[in-house]
Amino acid sequence: MSKNKEYLIKRGNSEYEVIIGLEVHAQVLSKSKLFSDSPTNFGAEPNTQVSLVDAAFPGMLPVINEFCIKQAVKTGIGLNAAINKKSIFDRKNYFYADLPQGYQISQYKDPIVGEGSILLDLPDGEKEVGIERLHLEQDAGKSIHDIDPQNTLVDLNRSGVALMEIVSKPDLRSPEEVNLYIKKLRSIMRYLGTCDGNMQEGSLRADVNVSIRKTGDKKLGTRCEIKNVNSIKFMQMAIEYEANRQADILEEGGSIDQETRLFDTKKNETRSMRSKEDAHDYRYFPDPDLLPLELTDDFILKIKKEIPELPDEKKKRFVDKFKLTPYEANILVSDIETSKYFEDVIKNSDIKLATNWITGELFALLNDRNLEISESPISSKNLSSLINLIKDGTISGKIAKTVFEIMANESKDPKSIIDEKGLKQQSDPKEIEKIVDDVIKENPKNVELFKSGKDKLFGFFVGQVMKKTDGKANPKLVNDILKKKLN
Amino acid sequence: MSDIINLTLSALIDKIKNKELSSQEITNAYIARAEKSKDLNTYITTDFENAIEKAKKFDEKGNFDYKLPGVPLAVKDLFCTNNLKTTAGSKILSNFIPSYESTVTQHLWDEGAILLGKLNCDEFAMGSSNETSFFGNVESPVGKKVVPGGSSGGSASALAAKLTPATIGTDTGGSIRQPASFTGTVGLKPTYGSCSRYGIVAFASSLDQAGPMTQDVSDAALMLDVISKYDTKDSTSVNFKRGDYFKSLSSNIKGKKIGIPKEYRVDGMPKEIESLWQDGITLLKKLGAKIIDISLPHTKYALPAYYIVAPAEASSNLARYDGVKYGYRSEGENLISMYENTRSEGFGDEVKRRIMIGTYVLSSGYYDAYYLKAQKIRRLIKNDFDEAYKSVDAILTPSTPSSAFKIGDKTDDPVSMYLNDIFTVPVNLSGLPAISIPAGKDKNNYPLGLQLIGKAFEEQNLLNISYSMEKELSFKNNLQDWWIK
Repeated sequence: MSKNKEYLIKRGNSEYEVIIGLEVHAQVLSKSKLFSDSPTNFGAEPNTQVSLVDAAFPGMLPVINEFCIKQAVKTGIGLNAAINKKSIFDRKNYFYADLPQGYQISQYKDPIVGEGSILLDLPDGEKEVGIERLHLEQDAGKSIHDIDPQNTLVDLNRSGVALMEIVSKPDLRSPEEVNLYIKKLRSIMRYLGTCDGNMQEGSLRADVNVSIRKTGDKKLGTRCEIKNVNSIKFMQMAIEYEANRQADILEEGGSIDQETRLFDTKKNETRSMRSKEDAHDYRYFPDPDLLPLELTDDFILKIKKEIPELPDEKKKRFVDKFKLTPYEANILVSDIETSKYFEDVIKNSDIKLATNWITGELFALLNDRNLEISESPISSKNLSSLINLIKDGTISGKIAKTVFEIMANESKDPKSIIDEKGLKQQSDPKEIEKIVDDVIKENPKNVELFKSGKDKLFGFFVGQVMKKTDGKANPKLVNDILKKKLN
Repeated sequence: MSDIINLTLSALIDKIKNKELSSQEITNAYIARAEKSKDLNTYITTDFENAIEKAKKFDEKGNFDYKLPGVPLAVKDLFCTNNLKTTAGSKILSNFIPSYESTVTQHLWDEGAILLGKLNCDEFAMGSSNETSFFGNVESPVGKKVVPGGSSGGSASALAAKLTPATIGTDTGGSIRQPASFTGTVGLKPTYGSCSRYGIVAFASSLDQAGPMTQDVSDAALMLDVISKYDTKDSTSVNFKRGDYFKSLSSNIKGKKIGIPKEYRVDGMPKEIESLWQDGITLLKKLGAKIIDISLPHTKYALPAYYIVAPAEASSNLARYDGVKYGYRSEGENLISMYENTRSEGFGDEVKRRIMIGTYVLSSGYYDAYYLKAQKIRRLIKNDFDEAYKSVDAILTPSTPSSAFKIGDKTDDPVSMYLNDIFTVPVNLSGLPAISIPAGKDKNNYPLGLQLIGKAFEEQNLLNISYSMEKELSFKNNLQDWWIK
């Protein structure tokens, strides 16, 4: 990993620092919606997951889904945040075809979760990013403009799905920090089981606030908000473009207008959506259909007890207990399934070898086949056996790679593969000595050359022995015996 | 047949239980009278054929243990009824047929009642005279071209004209009590949270409450037994221990402390209202109650606060009527023009006025000055009542500052129309229960009502006091059936 260089935008003699804040919309992992019992499955037929409440029929009333509240509190605890024992659901009023109520139920002045923080692992150390708040709100439906040439169609399946809006402080300074922030946030929520973090399915998207200021300036510049960006790559591209756009304006003596912008992924540019003057007046007011949400200490305490070990603690434990480097620990804890796999493997096998095999061969395999670790063709048990076979000298590291490949295709345990294919390491010194003798006998010229000082030829002899044993000879023994015989 | 329609609800039930009358006989009697009473314009939608069918079924194998066995009832058209058009008195819902039933009406049918049809009301319950309905004015049986009050005007008129033995309305700022007062009937607004709001077309969610409108206090108790139930589908429903209101009725009110708030003596109040109130006080004393002068100092702010809070909530509640999903749609060139056309054509003037007021008071820059201040006033008004209830059990006031007026008299002057609610809105703002009972008549022989306001969730107390007064008042409407054709 390269050293985290300061991300600055240069224009002539000026240098600009980029200030970024994120509003992440994370879909709450829940079987039913925030205020109704409709299911939340992704990819269902349009308008099949819609109740009378979601479609805002006359006289229909929202009822809070307690599970979603638990999920929000859990996430808050995972973000080291203050849980507000009293929070209020407000109505955010605006008209749109895919907003059946004519308002979105959200939390405005009194969110369920207050200030917290997230730790980022930068190459040169940790950085704390502040969380401003987390609040719960309903998702809207979806307007579809490209099916019917005359009409816009509306799919209300998403209408009323619970979202957590997680607002960061303007603490991020580069596209790379945004990358790490999103990944860390996603990791924490996946550990907690409160959001699946699936960006392709829209479970995680963000509004990105970007401003710039000359290095050394204390005052924040005017920010622009880039709406609804749904991948880390696009967020980074949008920030890059936006920071440069703002720098160009300032450099020409202009000023930044506070506005909402959209990122065009095809043209790789942001463009104005609406200015501050055109901003909606959402007429927020407390939703009279819902009483203020009051949480008891018991309720919060019970959730606290359910919080699993989170990535930061786990990383610390891996470093302290397993003597991993912080870098290794980071890789292994970033995904909860990976960390579980790792801990399963090392229950019965060498930690160092396990770390190398998982972060090396296994990750390469998964990456190659585009698989999650939970879908790994090699179970943690089988990888553990493989490592033990290396450790006890049954097979060499090189043979292990062959066995690993077979395991990847056949999902068998390594022992039976070794037996079946006769891959067991030859560790009988007498047998090896015999082969070494044969090799020396067959290559008198090279022996002479070696003895006259051509040390490099040692490798040639090793290779010849390995060739005769199909690579199964114990490399250490081969070395030792060869040395003895040749000198 | 005329005997049937003159029976109170509880008397009817007795006769059904004794098998003196069948559900069909009763249902047919009310339908026959409704057919001859079309000029009152009480019904928006009738469901007579189904009602007769259901009555027949009830007579064949009905359960006589029900609280409303085979009793036909018409209800305000603000309650969603499964498979039967529900309009809220508005053009925008003039074609809307719900696929679901409101909790409150479901309770009626679960106790054996039979739906006759849907009664006229002010559009989205916004009005005090039933003149804002898309389906036209309702006339009161108490006099030609006289308003029945509002917004439950169709309910009050139908009840007074004996087109239904009892009914239910909704009360946001007086919409049960004021029309009850205007038509010589009993109207009860229960404590906020008593009756579920699920399936009732919303006007102002923090104020709306369904309640019975009946011929006498016993009937109100009986109806309350049926409709007051905790409902998990309404987050503002309160799970308190409800009484057995009808069975627990008692006319012994000796020692009850009744407060008389001086702030309800408003300028320009007609003499007859003042003396009606005085007579009520005298009667209560006679019945053994203790009269205590009290002060509710923030009363004068109630009406302006109400006309901020209610429109604010309404402006948001009515946003769903946009032509996209159900109800009336007027096409446009694009989404915005479809919205504009639909809502301009679909809503009447009073509804538009309140949407505009509501939108304004919630707007950025005005929110604190209007909506937030109104909410603070609301708290002060509630505190006034809490303070008063430290020394009294209930409060007696007139129901309205005047008797019923003529159709058209106040339509051009919204403020004078709003003033009708001056005695009723503080109750909604405080979430308290209140009842209006007929207590006298004005010089035109139009009924006048007295209002009793109770402590939260103490409907029994309120019912008992009005029950004992009712016995002594022996009010009679003595209508001449002038509208019958």
